[in-house]
Amino acid sequence: MPEIWRMMLQLPFYLAFALLLAYLSQQPVYQHLDPENALIKLSLSHAGQHKEECHRLTPEELAELAPNMRKPISCNRERLSLLVEIFLDDNLLYRASLQPAGLSRDGESTVYKRFPVTAGTHTITARLRDSHRPEGFDYERSEVVSLFPQQNFVVGFNVDTGGFHFL
Amino acid sequence: MRRALKSVFERIDRFFDIAFTPAWNPMQQLGALGWFFYWIVIVSGIYLYIFFDTGITQAYHSVEYLTHEQWYAGGIMRSLHRYASDALVVVVFLHLLREYVLDRFRGPRWFAWVSGMVLLWLLYVSGISGYWVVWDKLAQYVAIATTEWFDSLRIFGKPIARNFLNEASLSGRFFTLLIFIHIAAPLMLLFGMWLHIQRHMHPKVTPPRGLAAGCLVTLFILSLWFPALSQGPADLDKVPGIISLDWFYLFIYPLLDKYSGAIIWAAVAGGTLLLSLLPWLPARRQSEVAVVHLDNCNGCARCVADCPYSAITMVPRTDGLPFEQQAAVNPVLCLSCGICSGACPSASPFRRRTALIPGVELPAFPIQAVKDMVLSKTQDLAGNNRVLIFNCEHGLDLTSAPVKNIAQITLPCIGMLPPAMIDFTISRKYADGVFIAGCREHDCNYRLGNEWMQQRLARKRDPYLRERVPAERLAQCWAGVSGYKQGLSELSRFQEQLAGLAPTARQSPEERLRDGNKTECANA
Repeated sequence: MPEIWRMMLQLPFYLAFALLLAYLSQQPVYQHLDPENALIKLSLSHAGQHKEECHRLTPEELAELAPNMRKPISCNRERLSLLVEIFLDDNLLYRASLQPAGLSRDGESTVYKRFPVTAGTHTITARLRDSHRPEGFDYERSEVVSLFPQQNFVVGFNVDTGGFHFL
Repeated sequence: MRRALKSVFERIDRFFDIAFTPAWNPMQQLGALGWFFYWIVIVSGIYLYIFFDTGITQAYHSVEYLTHEQWYAGGIMRSLHRYASDALVVVVFLHLLREYVLDRFRGPRWFAWVSGMVLLWLLYVSGISGYWVVWDKLAQYVAIATTEWFDSLRIFGKPIARNFLNEASLSGRFFTLLIFIHIAAPLMLLFGMWLHIQRHMHPKVTPPRGLAAGCLVTLFILSLWFPALSQGPADLDKVPGIISLDWFYLFIYPLLDKYSGAIIWAAVAGGTLLLSLLPWLPARRQSEVAVVHLDNCNGCARCVADCPYSAITMVPRTDGLPFEQQAAVNPVLCLSCGICSGACPSASPFRRRTALIPGVELPAFPIQAVKDMVLSKTQDLAGNNRVLIFNCEHGLDLTSAPVKNIAQITLPCIGMLPPAMIDFTISRKYADGVFIAGCREHDCNYRLGNEWMQQRLARKRDPYLRERVPAERLAQCWAGVSGYKQGLSELSRFQEQLAGLAPTARQSPEERLRDGNKTECANA
């Protein structure tokens, strides 16, 4: 077969290959989030209070310990789980008891969650309990926010700045 | 399933053979094309890196500068970088599927298969991290989805997705780490690719020039016609709603929105494990590996040069014979193709004084057995168009051909046939002609059997076919399993041609007995 004919025969293959690359490298487009929705992201990392309070050892208890281990105050490392609740317009969006990290359960409790919600004006309430209290919450924040479509709204937490923050 | 796929592949191959010629057939150059696209990615990547600003806020602008201000060089390089990466994925998956369908992944070939699985992961790490560093909306989506996916493993103290919570939480250091990954992963990929072909002698790492040029021109035109563009700067305060995905690399991401990260991890890890175990599900039933007969090995190293899988090496002589070296077979690497015995100069059926035992051969298929078959199978042939067919068990099979006066000897690989056997068959008049039928051209089941055989017959590779063998009494057909019609037609034509030649005297029973007896005497 003459070379020119062979090259003509090859053209459709190269063209098909190019079309495949051009199309699948961009199309079909993917809708990750409904354009009318916003996204609420809950992200917090916080250590609950110690499960048991520290107590001072008696002289007898201290005497039983090795000389280099004689610390007058004994503290159990284990921490409490956090109870976290998020409400959107009085509807419960998220509620969980978050275990502390670590083999001894002495680390921070962490959560990272995302919730697609309809854009518009909403009341967002975030609550957190990190203590022994049987009822109620140690930290709470409620705010009326106007979420625009595709907004990334972060519900964060920082104990140093007073607890929950909405960004 | 695999048989149906094999038939599909052969049909595609034939189609490509017509358009590209067997030598340029892209389906038989998938590995080499993979290397070629890899190098395009690397060269274009180096160019882009020269102008790329690794700062998280500057990265997007530097890529935009390359794309628009410097479209004639940087823009084309960016597009080549993307399209060559995508083309790499295409050829890699075709390569994987083809090797599976053609059953070229079990036995000693497990190493290339399993190392290929590692390469797949490295390829995806390289590609996905590349989309990340542009830091546009797609990068933002990929960054968040990837970190959330990794967080589902629960191996980090705090979720790493928190690095992309909003603009304020963005860390330049984390971004620098990603750029490091995008450089380190392709380098590891290169190392892996090198390892992948370590068990291959003469690996194909460069495609034929014409095919390479065609692919490069295609990618170049595609880059001009449909340049790779960014999708707007990343803005962590907004969620990218609709995005254009590169489905070659990012097909798994939409699944992460549908299923939990743990399920996707289980699927990809399980899939990789299953694919990696395929060579042993079930394991290849392999006949005994080649053995070296030191009495007949003079250490010429032709078997070493011809073994496609580096299974033979030369080692210092151990038997006191006056040669420096001897061949040694590594049973772990040997695929029992027999190409080594076809390369051995002592595999000559003309030998009279000693038994027909070459320096190296397959215990299950000794060269003496081939000679015996030549004697026995040609016994009933008559006339002046008697044809002895030597074929490969993975290639064209003419056993059921509706043609008279033919006999067929099937070998594990056509490369196992010593050229002296052809000379013997014709010069001793056991047949009027010899018909060589192997795998499809450039598609030898044992990689190099076809090529070596063709070179031996063309007297370009040791052991040469002797000059005295008349060209008109030898025919070659590289049609493969699916080329039955072609093979039949070529065989008929060959027989017609032989009938037109001066008749050769048929071996008398006494002469046959003499050839046979001498061997037996020698064996005894």
